[in-house]
Amino acid sequence: MLLGRTANGLYWMSRYIERTENMARLLDAGLRMALTRTASSSDEWNSVLLSAGAEHAFNQKHQEVTAETVSDFLLRDPANSSSVMVAIETARNNARMVRTALTRETWESINEAWMALKRMLASPVDQRELPSVLDAIKRETALIRGSLHGTALRNENFDFAQLGTFIERADNTARILDVKYYVLLPSIAWVGSTLDNYQWESILRSVAAHRSYRWVYEADYRPTNIADYLILNGRMPRSLAFCYLNISESLSYLEKDYGTRHCCHDTLDQTLSKLRVNSIKDIFDAGLHEFLIDFIRDNNRLGDEVAQNFRFY
Amino acid sequence: MTAFDEMHPQDTGLRKPYSAYDRWFQAQDPTRLTEKMRDAERVFRKTGITFAVYGEEEAAERLIPFDIVPRIISGSEWRRLTQGIEQRVQALNAFLDDIYHRQEILRAGRVPKELIASNEAFLPEMIGVRPPKGVYTHIIGVDIVRTGEDEFYVLEDNARTPSGVSYMLENRETMMQLFPELFQRVKVRPVENYPQLLRQSLSAVKPDNAHDAPRVAVLTPGSYNSAYFEHAFLADQMGVELVEGQDLRVIDGHVAMRTTEGYKQIDVLYRRVDDAYLDPLTFKPDSTLGVPGIMDVYRAGNITIANAPGTGIADDKAIYSYMPEIVEFYTGRKAILGNIPTWRCSEPDSLKYVMEHLAELVVKEVHGSGGYGMLVGPTASKKEREDFAKKLMARPSNYIAQPTLSLSTCPILTEKGLAPRHVDLRPFVLVSDRIQIVPGGLTRVALKEGSLVVNSSQGGGTKDTWVLDD
Repeated sequence: MLLGRTANGLYWMSRYIERTENMARLLDAGLRMALTRTASSSDEWNSVLLSAGAEHAFNQKHQEVTAETVSDFLLRDPANSSSVMVAIETARNNARMVRTALTRETWESINEAWMALKRMLASPVDQRELPSVLDAIKRETALIRGSLHGTALRNENFDFAQLGTFIERADNTARILDVKYYVLLPSIAWVGSTLDNYQWESILRSVAAHRSYRWVYEADYRPTNIADYLILNGRMPRSLAFCYLNISESLSYLEKDYGTRHCCHDTLDQTLSKLRVNSIKDIFDAGLHEFLIDFIRDNNRLGDEVAQNFRFY
Repeated sequence: MTAFDEMHPQDTGLRKPYSAYDRWFQAQDPTRLTEKMRDAERVFRKTGITFAVYGEEEAAERLIPFDIVPRIISGSEWRRLTQGIEQRVQALNAFLDDIYHRQEILRAGRVPKELIASNEAFLPEMIGVRPPKGVYTHIIGVDIVRTGEDEFYVLEDNARTPSGVSYMLENRETMMQLFPELFQRVKVRPVENYPQLLRQSLSAVKPDNAHDAPRVAVLTPGSYNSAYFEHAFLADQMGVELVEGQDLRVIDGHVAMRTTEGYKQIDVLYRRVDDAYLDPLTFKPDSTLGVPGIMDVYRAGNITIANAPGTGIADDKAIYSYMPEIVEFYTGRKAILGNIPTWRCSEPDSLKYVMEHLAELVVKEVHGSGGYGMLVGPTASKKEREDFAKKLMARPSNYIAQPTLSLSTCPILTEKGLAPRHVDLRPFVLVSDRIQIVPGGLTRVALKEGSLVVNSSQGGGTKDTWVLDD
C-alpha cells in the first residue's frame, strides 16, 4: 500500500533529479557551441533557453542573452523554477517528505547532492569554472541514480520514481529536438554545411549521444539518422522510444499489482503506437514538428493522468 | 552542595553497576576513545539519525551531541523504578478517566475544581468519551531525576506526545557499532524491540469493531516539524504509514487515508500533532494539520487516537503538584516515586515564600516546556531575578516553583578524561491492556560544567542508558 502523496513525492523527486541533470547537459552543449564561434553565440544561448523552457522567465529578468546571464539563470536563479539549484532543492524536499519510502543510501545521496550543489552554487560561477561545475552536477545526479538502482526494492515506489524520470526525460529530449527541428529537415544540400554540422552535434551532445552515434550509424551526421536515434532507437537511453519502453514497463507493473487499468494506460498505448512506425521517414513525411508537438502534449497528458489515476492529490 | 555521582560517589569509590564497564574502560587507550568520540557522529549520520536534517542552517540543534560513556542502572534499581512508574501511569489513566466522567477526585476535594475548569489542557469535548479499551495515555515519557543512592523523583509526566525515543534507539545502535566487544562483557538488556512493542501496543487498543489486523498510521505535522525525523523513523521501524492531515478524510464514519488505490480505512492513529490542531471542526478552525471530523469518528468509537485528546490535563505543571494525592486516591497506596516539592504561586502563602526565596528556587511557567521561560534562581543575575519577579507578580497563577535539586551526575568523556555532568532520565512507557516499560530510556546530560539544564535546545546532549541484566 502506498499513500497518494508518497507516490506524488517519489514521482516529482525523480522528475527534478532528472531535470537537474538535463539542465547541466543543455548548458554543456550550449557552452560547446558558443566556443566554436562559427555560430552567433547569442542564437545558441537562445535555443538553450528555449529547450529549457525558460525563455519567458529569462526575458522578464535579463535584456542580454550571454553565456553569463544564461548560465546563471539556469544554474542558480531562484526565480527560475527549473534552475539546477531550485530543481535539486525541490527534489530533496520531495525526498524528505517520502523519507520512509527511500533506502537510507538513496536519501543520503540526494541530501549530499543538495549540500554539495548548494555550496558550489552559493555565488555566481566563474565561466572558467563552468565545465567543472557541470561535471559535478552530472556526477551528483549519477550517484543518486546509482544508489536508487542499486538499493531500491522493485515495488510500486520504484515504479512511480521511474515514471517521473522517464516522463521528464522524454519531455526534455522532445523539446531539444523541436527547438532545432528545422536543422534536421532534409534540405537540398544533402550534406550539411559546417554550421549544420555543429548544430547536429549540439543536439547529440545535449543528450550525451555525440559519441555513441558513431557506433550505431556512421561517421557523418545525417539529420534522418539523428532523428531516428533520438526518437525511435530503443537502445539509446535518452530516446523517446527508450523512455516509453520504461514508462510502459512501470505502468504495466502497476496495472498488474493493483489489478486496475486506468485511462493513463490508454494514453500510453496511443503514444507507443505512434512510436511504432516502419522508419523515421514516416515521421518526416507526416511532419517532424507536428509529431514532436503532439508528443510533448501527450506526454504531459500522461503525467496528469498518472497523477489523477493514482490519486496524487 | 556536592552532587551524587552515579559512577564515582565520593565516599565509596566505584559503584557496583559500573564495575564491569570500569574494568573495560581502564584497559582502553585514551586516544582510541577520543577517535571513537569522533566516529560517533559519523555513525549517527550513517545509521539514520541523519534524517534529522543535517546540513540545514538549524542543523546544529538537530544533531544532538552524543557522549560515549553509558549511564548504567542496575537490575534492582530498575525494578524499583518501574514499580513506581507503573503505579504512576495507572494513576494518570485513572485520573483522566475520572476527570472526563464522574470527577470523583474533585468531589472529594483532593484536587481543586477551578484548576480543572480554568485549564486550557482540559477538553470539554472529551467529557463522557471513553476511548477504546479505556486507555487515555498510551505512550508516556516520565522524566526522572536522582539525587542520591535511593532518591528518585519525578520531574514531569509527559503524557501528551513525548519525544526522544528515536534517540534512545539510535544511541544504543551507535554504541553497539562503536564498542561491540563491550556488549559481550556487560549484559545489557535490549531496547531495540521498542518499535515492535509500540506497534503491538497500538494494535491492542484498536476500536472494538476494527478487524483483527488493525491498520495503524503515524500522523505527523509534516516534514518541516522539528521532530519529523522521529515520526518518519518510528513509522519506518513499525512498518506503518506516515500520514499528514492532507492524506486523511472522514468517509462513511471512518478515518481513511488516500492511497494510490483509493481511500483505505485507518483504525489506530498514533498522532504527533497537538490537540488544538487535530480537528479544525472542533478545535482551531484554521488548522490544516488535522482531519476535519475526526473527533466525531472518535466519539463514535471508530478510531483510536493515541494519545487521546485531552490527556494534557494530566501532565499539566499545575496538576503535577497534586500527583502524590492523585496516586494515592486511585491506587490506594502511597506514591512509590516522589514528586519534587512544589510551590504553587497561585496560593498566596506559596507566592510569598517564592518571592522571598527566588535566589534558591527554580521557577517555571505552568504551561511551558523545553526549559524556556524559566528562572534558575541560584545562577540568575540580580537583574534577571528582578525582571522575573515582575512577571511573576503580574500573573502568579502562571508559575510554580521548586527547590534547585542537586541532580546526580554521570561522567562524560572530555579532552581531559572523565568529568561529571548532571543528568536526568526519560524512560518510555507503553500502555495497552498491559503496561510495558522498555529497559532503558533517554538520558539527557548537561554538557556544560555545573549546568543543570539538560534540554537539547540549551546545550544538552544524550547518553546511551543501560539497564543491567543482573
